[in-house]
Amino acid sequence: MVSGNPSSRARVEAGLGKRRRREIIFRSFGLAATLVGIFFLVAFFWTLIAKGASAFAQTFVQLDIEFAEEALAPGGELDLEFADFDSIARTALRTKFPEVTSRNDRRELNRLISVGAGYQIRESIIQNPELLGKTVAMQVPAAANVDMLIKGNIDRNVPADQRPLSDQQIHWIDALVADGSLVKKFNKALFVNGDSREPELAGIRGALMGSFYMLVITIALAFPIGAAAAVYLEEFATKNRWADLIEVNINNLAAVPSIVFGLLGLAVFINWIGIPRSAPLVGGLVLSLLTLPVIIIAARAAIKAVPPSIREAAFGLGASKMQVMFHHVLPLALPGMLTGAIIGMSRALGESAPLLMIGMVAFIVDVPASISDPATALPVQIYLWADSPERAFAERTSAAIIILLGFLLLMNLAAVIMRRKVERRW
Amino acid sequence: MAKRTMRLMIIASALASALVCGNAVAQAGRDYVYIVGSSTVYPFATVVAERFGRGSNFKTPKVESTGSGGGLKLFCDGIGVDYPDVANSSRAITSSEVKACAGNGVDEIVEVKIGYDGIVIANAVSGIDAKLTRKDLFLALAKEVPGVTEGEMIKNPHKTWRDVNADLPAQKIEVLGPPPTSGTRDAFVELAMEGGCSAIPWIKALKSSDGDRFKAICHTIREDGAFIEAGENDNLIVQKLEANPSAFGIFGFSFLDQNAEKVKGASIDGTEPTFDAIADGSYPVSRPLYFYVKKAHVDVIPGLRAYLREFTSERAWGEEGYLSDRGLIPMPTAERSSVAAAVGSLTPLTMANE
Repeated sequence: MVSGNPSSRARVEAGLGKRRRREIIFRSFGLAATLVGIFFLVAFFWTLIAKGASAFAQTFVQLDIEFAEEALAPGGELDLEFADFDSIARTALRTKFPEVTSRNDRRELNRLISVGAGYQIRESIIQNPELLGKTVAMQVPAAANVDMLIKGNIDRNVPADQRPLSDQQIHWIDALVADGSLVKKFNKALFVNGDSREPELAGIRGALMGSFYMLVITIALAFPIGAAAAVYLEEFATKNRWADLIEVNINNLAAVPSIVFGLLGLAVFINWIGIPRSAPLVGGLVLSLLTLPVIIIAARAAIKAVPPSIREAAFGLGASKMQVMFHHVLPLALPGMLTGAIIGMSRALGESAPLLMIGMVAFIVDVPASISDPATALPVQIYLWADSPERAFAERTSAAIIILLGFLLLMNLAAVIMRRKVERRW
Repeated sequence: MAKRTMRLMIIASALASALVCGNAVAQAGRDYVYIVGSSTVYPFATVVAERFGRGSNFKTPKVESTGSGGGLKLFCDGIGVDYPDVANSSRAITSSEVKACAGNGVDEIVEVKIGYDGIVIANAVSGIDAKLTRKDLFLALAKEVPGVTEGEMIKNPHKTWRDVNADLPAQKIEVLGPPPTSGTRDAFVELAMEGGCSAIPWIKALKSSDGDRFKAICHTIREDGAFIEAGENDNLIVQKLEANPSAFGIFGFSFLDQNAEKVKGASIDGTEPTFDAIADGSYPVSRPLYFYVKKAHVDVIPGLRAYLREFTSERAWGEEGYLSDRGLIPMPTAERSSVAAAVGSLTPLTMANE
């Protein structure tokens, strides 16, 4: 610097402004990119929550249900086959509007309560036969269109032929609101019911159980196999051309589009082995194939991160290769391996494409009770609801997405915590 | 301690794998009805399945949406608990499908016609009130249209609806419709496009003289951007129409019915797409919907016969039944009772050209 010629310093100073400008431009590009990302994220969550939050509440009608003996037990005995539970709910509604007499008006009035009202009355008399002959105040679900009107998703100001509710029906709904018979409650059905074509009865429990069974199978298969493969490849396999080939293939498999695994599952598990379609068992097997490469890669990285000094110390004390592995390397690598497994699981939870190929896009009302019962999964349920013509499914679709995102967030959080707290750094 | 966790984990995963394999073998019979097929029939079949499942002691049937062709293929794969009992279809079964079925031992199939579905051409309520003819639709959407001289075909030059028909507004032709894999697309091409090109005398004459050329002219939709393939999700088409009032969309009547404050249907050949017009057959773009049942499965699969009875009952498919609330257009009373009788006696299908 001291001996340097004066022109070089001058050159640096002359270029300084330009360099700073470039730096600022570069930095602002980065900032802009981040802001764009944040904007889309916020917009995504905003629309999702704005649309879906209302699905967590549901409109109910307060009715005095009369468990009349002549309707339920004509021969003195409770007759579930014969009893017309819908008409019990309808009669209860009609007592609120004695002026409605014509057949057409009565049909319109009946449409204000859900068919779920009949199921609910059936359930309550089965659980509590002493209700027979009594009149009980019950809250039965309102029809989806009533719910949509209350939530403002049906515009009452458009001409009557452009909305699903007639002027008269809106008039009745207003009357029910005025005397306090319409109440909004937490939408329990969304969590405890299986799928339904009636939006007010539809729930995600079936899909949730389907996803749960699949994930159990996935973790039970993919983790032990993945961990064993990683241990073998890292510790026991000789490093030659075959090992390289396997490594390249595993990395490639991790990037294969998931639908390909669905086709594989269809060909091998369903057509060849003969496992029933739509069963969580097939789904779990396909998803474990899908997550296997991810788990192997993460597990190998975790094993590699264990410092060689630990192995050498153990060998030095006379431990066998297996003892070194099980007593020292694996316990230290385990948190990293589990982190990889959880990330693989969260990928499997959000996956829908391979499930389409193995028949898990189906309408299934009964909640699956085992891994061979037909089931859907959460992402597939979202797909099915998004395609339903009924208006009220739009908000339920968003609600189901919120729930799915919640689960994904929890799983990723668990992975982060595990990485922060348990994983050892060297 | 770490050693113990390891051992526990190994035991747990071994147990889980054993459980998985044990259960796989356990699957023998099937105690629910298994239905596959058309995505157009899906909304109706699922409603029946649910009502049936909740109102009876049988399990709720499983309804898989595979498309008509895919469903019939699964259906025809064989007899037994692994194969579907019912295939929904938005078109009649073809003779080659019947042959494929028979080749796999599925030789007695009962055809059940369940009603009609209208295909509507709709735009946003804020858009124009369109009065179209099938000929307009053909001239607007075909890949090639007739030139000046008879027998000559030119690349479709029409940019606006006025180019097609001087009575229509000078609005850009922009139609969102289903992809070729869809049954709705097949029906649209067959009913609207073919109906439109039959309005041109020399093309109509081709139908008997040169069937292949007739099909090529009438069934090919333009690919220059005026017709936009919008995927199978009809809700998405409705949303796009709302955002773009100058565009039209093609979808099933039930979506128009459910979204009447967002979109309105264009009249075709002077008839509005209303429930009544489709039911009495005056609306030209409507098609029958079907499902097919394996006779061999009835009384073997629990609940199948009862499911058939539920579907063909007046409270389901009748004029005031719950399916009509969902947009299924019922058949006339006489046709309903004759189909119901055929289902009751399980009269198998006979192909005319066998």
